[in-house]
Amino acid sequence: MKKDYLLLLVVALAAFALPMILPGDYYVEVFLFMGINILVALGLSLLMGYAGQISLGHAGFYGMGAYISGALSAHLGWPVPLAALMALVATALVAGLIGWPTLRLKGHYLAMATLGLGIILYILFVQLRSITGGASGLAGIQPVHIGGFYLDTPRRYCYLVWALVILSFLFSINLVRSRTGLALRALHYSEVAASTLGIDVAKYKLQVFVFSCVLAALGGILYAHYITFISPETFGFMYSIKLVVMIVLGGMYSLWGALLGGAFLSLLPEFLHRLEDFEVMVNGLILLMILIFLPGGLVGLLQKIGEKIRGHS
Amino acid sequence: MAQLVQYIFAGLTMGVIYALTGVGFNLIYNATGVINFAQGEFVMLGAMFLYTFQEVLHWPPFISLPLVFLMGGLVGVVFEYGVVKPLIRLGVITVIIGTIGASVVLKGGAMLVWGKNALAVEPLISEKPVAFLGASLNTQVLVVLMVTAIAVAIFWYFFGFTILGKAIQACSVNPLAARLAGVPVERMITLSFCFSGALSALAGGLIAPITLAEYDMGTMLALKGFCAAIIGGLGNNPGAMVGGLLLGVMEGLSAGYLSSGYKDALAFLVLILVLFWRPEGLITRGKGERV
Repeated sequence: MKKDYLLLLVVALAAFALPMILPGDYYVEVFLFMGINILVALGLSLLMGYAGQISLGHAGFYGMGAYISGALSAHLGWPVPLAALMALVATALVAGLIGWPTLRLKGHYLAMATLGLGIILYILFVQLRSITGGASGLAGIQPVHIGGFYLDTPRRYCYLVWALVILSFLFSINLVRSRTGLALRALHYSEVAASTLGIDVAKYKLQVFVFSCVLAALGGILYAHYITFISPETFGFMYSIKLVVMIVLGGMYSLWGALLGGAFLSLLPEFLHRLEDFEVMVNGLILLMILIFLPGGLVGLLQKIGEKIRGHS
Repeated sequence: MAQLVQYIFAGLTMGVIYALTGVGFNLIYNATGVINFAQGEFVMLGAMFLYTFQEVLHWPPFISLPLVFLMGGLVGVVFEYGVVKPLIRLGVITVIIGTIGASVVLKGGAMLVWGKNALAVEPLISEKPVAFLGASLNTQVLVVLMVTAIAVAIFWYFFGFTILGKAIQACSVNPLAARLAGVPVERMITLSFCFSGALSALAGGLIAPITLAEYDMGTMLALKGFCAAIIGGLGNNPGAMVGGLLLGVMEGLSAGYLSSGYKDALAFLVLILVLFWRPEGLITRGKGERV
């Protein structure tokens, strides 16, 4: 566990240094969006790796954060922190409402329920024209500022995003070590055994699910207030799939999988510009190949390599 | 009155599609305990196959529709050998993620093969609409209902009265006991995938002339088929049939009298309410899976 904190320190230093080293705003912006992806992926990683549940609607929660906070600031002129808080609370409530009935049941009902919710939210983003601007998008979202200091350059905003990424990782590492984390690990081995020990399986799963959705919403809020213009496509089903690919690629059973997978998949489009139409299929193929040939993901691969090196020396 | 009949029949037509998809979910769920997220893609492929046979190759419907059924069965078997078998030892959650991957691959592949645009498919029979209780019914609607009725009758006979059908059911109730009784469980699981693919593809072929064939039609159909299966209680085939028809009619009525923009939200609402209130399904008497 000490290793986790050490790693986090390394990541924090890298996140502090990179925006200064990277040449030009374009690369800083790529790094910024990478941070947002990792933030959303981290929540999903907790849900998939520790609660053993899948969400196929995280793009919807990401969108909820973006649209609620964005609409409140664009239409009603709410200050950003207040709008953001409102978005987080609303997302937590909706997540609770979906999670409560589905997580009480054994099996994988949550996956289908979140798939449905994702679709419904997408429909709402398109249909509620007076609030969301419909298919043509919502403009006029206020940028973030502290007093008179505006975080409107990629470099400044990058620090805000990555500060939140680091904080979320810190919180998640602690969560995994806490009573909740231990309970989740217990029910990972045997749900029945865990519940006979008096562990309220459903409650812990629900807590992780809600937290994971709140992280997704936070990602959406950060996205909305940076871009200041949002439209529904960003929050469609494909993004939910991409998040699942990030987790599986990085490694499902470690929080660091979210970091590696998120980083990898954020950079991939930079290299595969010409792919466009193939991108959908490539995502699916990555997912299948990793599951079949590298079930531990990149983290698992690194661990194996590490063990080999130690074994030889 | 005429309008009501019209809405109900439109609903029933979609309902049988959801019902067939729901039964497809059940067959795989009963055989492996996996919720197959590529089920909607099987339906989409059925629609695409029909388009290819009928619009590209110009084969008559009585050849192309059975072919769609057979191709669907093949897709089901390939799916089992390519995705489910290599992953099943890693646990159910891994298989489920695998089916998500497969669904994305199939969707992306279909987009490359058949393009992004919705494809029009000629009705299987081009007759004039039939008048019924003041409503005028498209003949395609009748074809859908009739073909489904035939398929259901065959399946009912197969599962209820043949050794093979009973063997498959035995495997879903207790695989170990079935194996001890001499049932080749592996082969029965493959058969389940085959039937699941075939039925879903048939569903796709049937609605293609009504809703057009499109590479991304699968996700929504999967959600609704799953909803049908949940209404009937996951794993219960007659339940899924009733559930699908119920959902279809509700959807038809709400699209007619309320708003068509939010029609797709209904399935989801029903899904959540059923899971909330009666997770064991509205129709079964069986036990729920609460722990």
